[in-house]
Amino acid sequence: MAAVTLLETKDLSRSFGGLHAVSNVDFALGEGEVRAIIGPNGAGKTTFVNLLSGRLRPSSGTVTFEGSDISGLPAFERVRRGIAYTFQITSIYPNLPTLENVMIAAQGGGHKDAGASIAERAGQALASVGLQDRAGETAGEMAYGHQRLLEVAMGLALDPTLLILDEPTQGLSDSEIEDFCGLVKEIANKATVLLIEHNMPVVMQLADRITVLNFGEILAEGTPEDIRADRQVQAAYLGS
Amino acid sequence: MDFGPFLFLATLEGLVQAAVLCLTALGLSLVFGVMRVVNVAHGEFYMLGAVIAWWVTSIVGIHPAVGFAAALAIAPLAVGAIAFAGERLILKRLDYNPEATIVATIGMLYVIQQMALLFFGPDPRPVEAPFYFRIQFPWFGYSGYKLIVVAAAIAILLIAWFVIAKTRIGLVMRATQFDGDTAQAFGIPVNRVYASVFAVGAMFAAVAAVLIVPIRQAHYLMGLDPLLLSFIVVILGGLGSIRGTIVAAILIGLSDGIISVFFSPTLAKMASTLLVALVLVFRPQGLFGREEL
Amino acid sequence: MSGADRTKAVLLLCAVIAVLFVLQFLLPEYHHLSMTRIMVLAVFAMGYNVLFGYTGLLSLGHAMFFAAGLYAAGLTVYHLEWSVPLAFATGVAAGAVSSLVIGVVALRTTGVSFMIVTMMFAQVAYLATLYFTTYTRGDEGLVLPTAARSFDVFGVAVDLTNPVVRYNIALALLAATIAIIYKVVHSETGRALIAIRENEPRTQMLGYNTFAIKLKALVISGTLSAASGAAYVLLFAYVGSTFATIQYSIDALLYTLLGGAGTLLGPLAGALMMFYVIDIASEYTVAYLLIAGLVLIVLVLFFQKGVLGTIRERWIRWLP
Repeated sequence: MAAVTLLETKDLSRSFGGLHAVSNVDFALGEGEVRAIIGPNGAGKTTFVNLLSGRLRPSSGTVTFEGSDISGLPAFERVRRGIAYTFQITSIYPNLPTLENVMIAAQGGGHKDAGASIAERAGQALASVGLQDRAGETAGEMAYGHQRLLEVAMGLALDPTLLILDEPTQGLSDSEIEDFCGLVKEIANKATVLLIEHNMPVVMQLADRITVLNFGEILAEGTPEDIRADRQVQAAYLGS
Repeated sequence: MDFGPFLFLATLEGLVQAAVLCLTALGLSLVFGVMRVVNVAHGEFYMLGAVIAWWVTSIVGIHPAVGFAAALAIAPLAVGAIAFAGERLILKRLDYNPEATIVATIGMLYVIQQMALLFFGPDPRPVEAPFYFRIQFPWFGYSGYKLIVVAAAIAILLIAWFVIAKTRIGLVMRATQFDGDTAQAFGIPVNRVYASVFAVGAMFAAVAAVLIVPIRQAHYLMGLDPLLLSFIVVILGGLGSIRGTIVAAILIGLSDGIISVFFSPTLAKMASTLLVALVLVFRPQGLFGREEL
Repeated sequence: MSGADRTKAVLLLCAVIAVLFVLQFLLPEYHHLSMTRIMVLAVFAMGYNVLFGYTGLLSLGHAMFFAAGLYAAGLTVYHLEWSVPLAFATGVAAGAVSSLVIGVVALRTTGVSFMIVTMMFAQVAYLATLYFTTYTRGDEGLVLPTAARSFDVFGVAVDLTNPVVRYNIALALLAATIAIIYKVVHSETGRALIAIRENEPRTQMLGYNTFAIKLKALVISGTLSAASGAAYVLLFAYVGSTFATIQYSIDALLYTLLGGAGTLLGPLAGALMMFYVIDIASEYTVAYLLIAGLVLIVLVLFFQKGVLGTIRERWIRWLP
């Protein structure tokens, strides 16, 4: 996987008061990769992806995307440049119809697919997660699993270069998780995927490479096999 | 009069203003701090306090001091009861949604103010001070009652501080303020605490009004000014911070009193209102509060 | 909304305007004048609704935009003897500028802080109308001279003391406002406004500069409110501090809530109902504002969608 580097962080740190949530992280993500970030609770995973997506500003360090420094850009600018973020806690427009949810996303993204209208791109995104038959339903009245899929469809409608999925399988049933893995593999054909996930079987199945965070620092990085064999990682997870 | 004595007089007037403002703003701050409710009707509780004080003193006509003592006891209790009922009937049903409660308290403002107009009439009514004596300074004499107002306000603030900091009631309030859900889990009747805090907040305004009504007259529109000043004080002091509220009340009361003597009161109000809007935008923790995470 | 629904909505809007046009031939003099006022005030509330109903931002200071238009138009006519069309344009411009400036500052806050900040700014504006009494005559206000109230448009003489002229100008302003808001709401901007109302953090993470969009909404809203203020002073020839009081900010909120926030015709319906309720109540009591208070409380407790909002939810889904 010696592809072109899509996203890179240098010395990236963020502290809250005296707490170093993320400290001096050097991280590189290749184009076309499916990368998982794992780590025990409180390891700084969410803070780290928030620094990537622009929801948080770093205390120090830089984030580079497609060769340009985006550390100072607000979140919406990063989205327009192709970094899509799906929320850990489902964040949709519950009072609006499902299709309208995706239309809002299709209108907002910066990667305007020349020729395709907002409605067409929204329809495609909805179809790719299999929700095309529910376009007219009020989003908040759908089952939880469908809302998670809608969340992903909104990410896809942005036509992203990098899709960040924050705990996407949380709260899904086993069969839903299986379908979801199939979906991520499909997405990976078109976009780079960064996955924050607790569910280890999902991670092992999907990820090309895994980055392990602990106490705000990178503890290990490698293929799923490397990580499975890593003693330090085992220690961190067993809490010794 | 020379500048020095003139400034001294202005400072005295400012002190009286500050004392009353401290009490009124403390009520608003308490309600916001514990319940996160911005009570736009707060000034009307102040007005009600003054109006009820006039009513009580006009019935109890034995001696001004007796009437005043009765007013001091009855007016806050009556206002507290009205606020308690308003909380139960309206705010509680809105589940304390911040925006809905503001709209509701605007409604309460109109209802209380217009009820006062209906039953009390549009004319201002004087209330006799409980006693008369003048303190003679070398340059001018000054109303002893005004200084008593300052002393009474300080005494009430000390009692309030003691209750909040040292008693179980205060502990329950602070626990509710800190985290309502957890407080509920520990068996604190959060609902009743809310209603009581709302009532007590209104009572602070009512007491302030009873103290001031012998100096200014009772009138159904008198609530707007203390409301805006209390807002200014509570925002400058940091929303929900009681110590900040008191510091800001003294500052605003004094400067308002002094500035109004030397400059146009309208200009003074414009300046302080603008300052407050900008503080809320650029320093939402208040001038004296510390930044939170 | 489907194409058929949109057609129905546009037809309804046209029908409402047509009814208002016909009404002027049927109404007795008193109600003719009331209706003129209501239409101008409805424009104010419709402007307010762009911000509150569609974008979800509750301002308690819209009287300052209404007053900006009112004073800019009124003072230029009174002191500088500007012509009515020029004064109207100045009033609208004053609204655009003041809402832009206020917006840049106030939109840094959200929720309750936004409500209080807008209220405070409006209070400063109100105090300013009292402070600069040399020009404004404060509470007492100014009456525009009759001579200043007629003007020529392309050779046609327009006389604003004529009730028929006033009615139709108010109607034209209302129709233009309805058209503008309909256009905005059904554009990409409108979709963004509603997205912000429904879930602002999410909207930001979908690539929207929510600050810029909210600012746009506030400027549209403030400018329409100012247009209403400018029309008010030019049509009725009086300008005074009362129009800048918080009472007027709350009236805009009240009309919008009652008629239905986020519905196009809600503010008009709310203004119509409240105007007549207050009008009738004031015949019986001085405490007529009691009704306004009670209506606010009842709306917020039991009826948050307002009249047209409830009708849309229960019966007519395509209601604009």
